[in-house]
Amino acid sequence: MDVVYYLIQNMLPVGVPLLLVALGGMFSERSGVINIALEGIMLFGAFFGALFVLNVQGTSMGPQTILLIGMVVAGVSGLIYSLLLSFASINMKANQVIVGTALNMLIPAIILLFSKMFFNSDGITTNMRFYIREIPVLSRIPVIGQMFFQRTYLTVIIGFIILAIAVVLLYKTRFGLRLRACGEHPHAADSVGINVYKMRYAGVSLSGILAGIGGFFYAVGVTDGNVSGHTGVAGFGFLALAVMIFGQWKPIRIMFAAMFFAFLRTLAYSVSLIPFLFDLGINQTYYRILPYLATMVVLALTSKNSRAPKAEGIPYDKSQR
Amino acid sequence: MQGNNNNDKPKYNFKRITSHPGFKSLGAAFMAVFLGLVVGFIIMLIASPGNAVAGFRFVLLGGMRRLGDVLYFATPILMTGLAVGFAFKMGLFNIGASGQYTMGMFFALYVAFMWDLPGSTHWIVAILAGFLGGMIWGFIPGIFKALLNVNEVITSIMFNYIGMYLVDMWIQNNGVMYNSSMTRTRYIDSGVQIPALGIAGSNVNFGIVFGILIAIILYIVLEKTTFGYELKATGHNKHAAEYAGMQGKRNIILTMVIAGGMAGLGGAFAILAPSAIAGSSMTYEPINIIATNGFTGIAVALLGSAHPIGTILSATFISYIQRGGTLTSLVGFKPEIIDIVVAVIIYFSAFAMIMNTAIARFIKARLGKDENEPLLELGEEPVEEVESQMEQDTEKEAE
Repeated sequence: MDVVYYLIQNMLPVGVPLLLVALGGMFSERSGVINIALEGIMLFGAFFGALFVLNVQGTSMGPQTILLIGMVVAGVSGLIYSLLLSFASINMKANQVIVGTALNMLIPAIILLFSKMFFNSDGITTNMRFYIREIPVLSRIPVIGQMFFQRTYLTVIIGFIILAIAVVLLYKTRFGLRLRACGEHPHAADSVGINVYKMRYAGVSLSGILAGIGGFFYAVGVTDGNVSGHTGVAGFGFLALAVMIFGQWKPIRIMFAAMFFAFLRTLAYSVSLIPFLFDLGINQTYYRILPYLATMVVLALTSKNSRAPKAEGIPYDKSQR
Repeated sequence: MQGNNNNDKPKYNFKRITSHPGFKSLGAAFMAVFLGLVVGFIIMLIASPGNAVAGFRFVLLGGMRRLGDVLYFATPILMTGLAVGFAFKMGLFNIGASGQYTMGMFFALYVAFMWDLPGSTHWIVAILAGFLGGMIWGFIPGIFKALLNVNEVITSIMFNYIGMYLVDMWIQNNGVMYNSSMTRTRYIDSGVQIPALGIAGSNVNFGIVFGILIAIILYIVLEKTTFGYELKATGHNKHAAEYAGMQGKRNIILTMVIAGGMAGLGGAFAILAPSAIAGSSMTYEPINIIATNGFTGIAVALLGSAHPIGTILSATFISYIQRGGTLTSLVGFKPEIIDIVVAVIIYFSAFAMIMNTAIARFIKARLGKDENEPLLELGEEPVEEVESQMEQDTEKEAE
């Protein structure tokens, strides 16, 4: 039972960044723009979040306050970076996959250049600890308390709050309906007076905010508040895309998909703690490959009848039909 | 094309030259490179204002001092560029060149270390092994795309990671290849290295010769064979091609296999090359990082507008500024500045052609309100429309 608790406690901080970034990808694709730049936006958000932490650590601010402000910093920087994608793919009608790839390549290079020149390292190293041993009252609930409210991070709770907001925003508001219309049939949306360009900007910007926050949460929950230009976010942005496809562009399903991947990853990194798996004597590398391989299996099973937004990836041109 | 009908001007009309697709993509490439360099300069100004001019001069001119090295380092990115560009012709975005490159490199290394072959054939077999390794790693996304309709972008990214982890593990577990105290692979025997061309002061070797020959072969395949025609037709409009009886699925797999093979050859050429230290070869450090040469290949392919001959030029150019970039460390910068320039070039080449058209239209609107402008414009519009239509079709397919 302890192993189960351990796995779930470690799964949540890994799953939440995946969840947030995949939700970001969902907003972007639902508006009709493929956002393959999620990986880069995550790293950008993580970098500025960590830069903020680096500057305020040691002051009298409490760790959870710093985390909240860092989250805002990361979200805003993610939003700014995503504008590069919006501009190229909405105004300039560029190939969205190529632009996304360029943005993914740009940010590690910038981080490495500046970190090597100014910090003499590959990234930012902070010594802030955001870990929460137990949350008062809630952690006393039997079973659930131990699973969700002990040895955790504030990021987990924020992640689920954002999930709830995302569900409401997408399904219960006028904005959500219009956003989805722009991803399915932009010309129809335009004909009833919806500004497709604006809605697509909104979709990509939302994904920028969420991916920025997700990147910062990755740095907090997975790499102990450090950011490296070399390893970046270890393909989490791409995994999030797979999570989004597995979740069929629907928030709640995306949550389950994200947790599934997070569980696999946690399992891969805690093989030595689980006697049964450790005794098998399989090289740990195979376990590390597991999330990527699982992605492929899942995609192979779901892609045949995929429910992707119909107009995703196609630049909107008023003059066409 | 329709423009040619309704004006009977002489053949060497300036307009006709400028509206040629080749000219347009050349103009777009120049525009992207120019903007990439400008952004690079701005970043240098931000990072270290005092040294920016000196650093930028190194970027522009530093490569002149080491032309041999420019060709030496152009070899692998020429191959990954061909890998990306060839798939691009069919509307496939082969972002997996990194994994294919790594796999090819491993296969070549394996043959170089573990097989015992007579001297003169050993390196050739090692190169062919690299070709095979890349082909296998290109085959997988091809199969997923053709039979299961999984987007090749996601597949190739996932297999970049899978390939990288596998190769790093195989190398670390192999004492013959891996020198654990140096955390790198060992030097391969000089007999297995690709023979140098013998240019003084550099190790430029037969790899670049093979690379250029392969680019020419690819050009012939694309332009002169049925397969090449089908490939381009599928790239323009998949449904039309299927309707015309072309075997889309078979062509997708074949394209990805060839593209993967190109990237694999790149890995083989890189790792089997003699290095600067006499008698030694290049080495690989298994530290779980995806090979950057694969991603540079995307820039190379886009700059060369996926044309094999254009790719030779763009690979040489990127390698040239990379050599210059390493020299910027003399004035306190880091070689990563070139990665930034390359990324910005990719960003702008995604829409440089559209941007150029917009600028041209703006200039035309400012300058030209005389002559028989309207007639020419009438003639020109449909061409552009058809082109943008075609571009969008390929984008749809790429997605």
